[in-house]
Amino acid sequence: MTTEIALQINGMTKNFGGLKAIDGVNLTIPKGDRRLLLGPNGAGKTTLFNLITGDLQPTSGSVQLFGRDITGLPSHHCAPLGLARTYQIITLFPKNTLAENVILSLLGISPLRWSPISRIKGRKEFEERARASLKQVGLEAKADRPLGETSYGEKRRLEIALALAQNPSLLLLDEPLAGLSRQERLDVQGLIEAIPRDITLILIEHDMDVALALADSITVMYHGRVICEGDRAQVVADPRVKEIYLAS
Amino acid sequence: MTSNTRITSISVTLLVLALAAPLVAGQPFYINIGSQVLIAAIFAMSLNILVGYGGMTSIGHAAYLGTSAYVVALLTLQHGFGFYAASAVALGVVVVMAAIFGAIALRGTGITFLMITLALGQTMWGVAFRWSDVTGGDNGLPDIKRPDLFGLNLVEPGLFYAVMIALFVIALVGMWIFTQSGLGLSLQGTRDQPRRMGMLGHHVWLVRWIAFIIAGFWAGVAGIAFIGYHGYIHPLSLGLANSAEVLLMVIAGGAGTLLGPVVGAAIVVVLKMVVSAYVSRWVLLLGCTFVAIVILLPEGVVPGLERLLKALLPETRDDGEASS
Repeated sequence: MTTEIALQINGMTKNFGGLKAIDGVNLTIPKGDRRLLLGPNGAGKTTLFNLITGDLQPTSGSVQLFGRDITGLPSHHCAPLGLARTYQIITLFPKNTLAENVILSLLGISPLRWSPISRIKGRKEFEERARASLKQVGLEAKADRPLGETSYGEKRRLEIALALAQNPSLLLLDEPLAGLSRQERLDVQGLIEAIPRDITLILIEHDMDVALALADSITVMYHGRVICEGDRAQVVADPRVKEIYLAS
Repeated sequence: MTSNTRITSISVTLLVLALAAPLVAGQPFYINIGSQVLIAAIFAMSLNILVGYGGMTSIGHAAYLGTSAYVVALLTLQHGFGFYAASAVALGVVVVMAAIFGAIALRGTGITFLMITLALGQTMWGVAFRWSDVTGGDNGLPDIKRPDLFGLNLVEPGLFYAVMIALFVIALVGMWIFTQSGLGLSLQGTRDQPRRMGMLGHHVWLVRWIAFIIAGFWAGVAGIAFIGYHGYIHPLSLGLANSAEVLLMVIAGGAGTLLGPVVGAAIVVVLKMVVSAYVSRWVLLLGCTFVAIVILLPEGVVPGLERLLKALLPETRDDGEASS
């Protein structure tokens, strides 16, 4: 079986003024992989996500998504290409209900987003799929609640629902467990585990127990560079990883 | 009946009563105020697309109303166009103008956007004021005749008001459909979370630009109604004061609500026309009214009253408690 490459990053560099936030990163993620991005604060993990999604323009280097060059493409091109992400800082629509939040996600990959006359609310293909996505993250019962009436943990799950609703090929999860209680972490871990295997995952997470349980493979970043890559045993055994995590 | 459907039926009833009020009063003075409120309402609704639904505060919106009115005036007075043919050209001109100005203004957001719209608006005011060979400069352009419609002479205030009601209802329904549409939802999403919207596949800039053009179009419609009503256009109608006034209508009534701009337009026009007949310092009263609105109903009159109504109708509150 030849493994298809979901994401290929070559020689990626990003400078913020004199700071090299990303310094020559090469990364190959095979299709179906569940990759954990590890690294202390400031290692460049989220910056790497922003470079993949076109929120930031790389100083040099290239990004290929399923063999297609997407380097520097504006972020609105990501969704149609099957690339979705969640945010470390909750980025949801506060004036809308949970169902409406998901409908905005579904709308992003529908040509109806350009229609100034077609009413979206009440359309079966949107309503039903929105509810299905909410069910996937266990929020079906709250579909018609405004976002303001949900807990932080529920918002975290809605973040994931928005990304999953688009049925992406590659999903970038930026600290999906940040700020959650022990029980909520387990809930979210369960729903990430339940994501179909044909969706390639890249996960940034600091909760080692959960992250290591979820991941097939691990990439460790430090000061904008990839310093180690491999499965759990290889990474844990790597002396540089020990040094970073024990010294800091 | 949920509190939302109740509020909708109350709103519709009040709107119908308000539309009928000038006709009940009967005198041309009140009917004409009715027409002016509706013209201002269409104008304010057009700005509400930007300010309320798009989160883009423009303070140059009078440029579109004024340009549309000037085009109608120039074509009918100097080039022998009929009123309706001139109106069609005016809408075309305003749409192209909004497309160009929108492309410039949308290079910025927030305060930058606001300042660019101000500059562009004042540019149009300057053109109307200085290019006196064509625009009549400070004298403006007088004597544009009100057209006939289906053989009816619209000089009669009641008939003109009826046409304004029809135009207003079309604008209101069109606005309602837009806010529920894919593009309308997309615009509201870009107001609240532009970055996320981009990631979800919405082209944030293009959505805003199209909204800018739609807003320009409806301001152009208001401009045609304006010149039809007054038969006169002056550079002041393009200027900052008029842009600020319509922005106040939107904010006072409730930005981002369907009826907010309508209520705001009614407040401003009625104060201006009715109160100024009795009180010479009516602008002071207008100022006090706005201060009162900001203190008592900071989100605007319509959302404020809605909140009040919801509190008064607790027995029918539809908050899904029963199901959980």
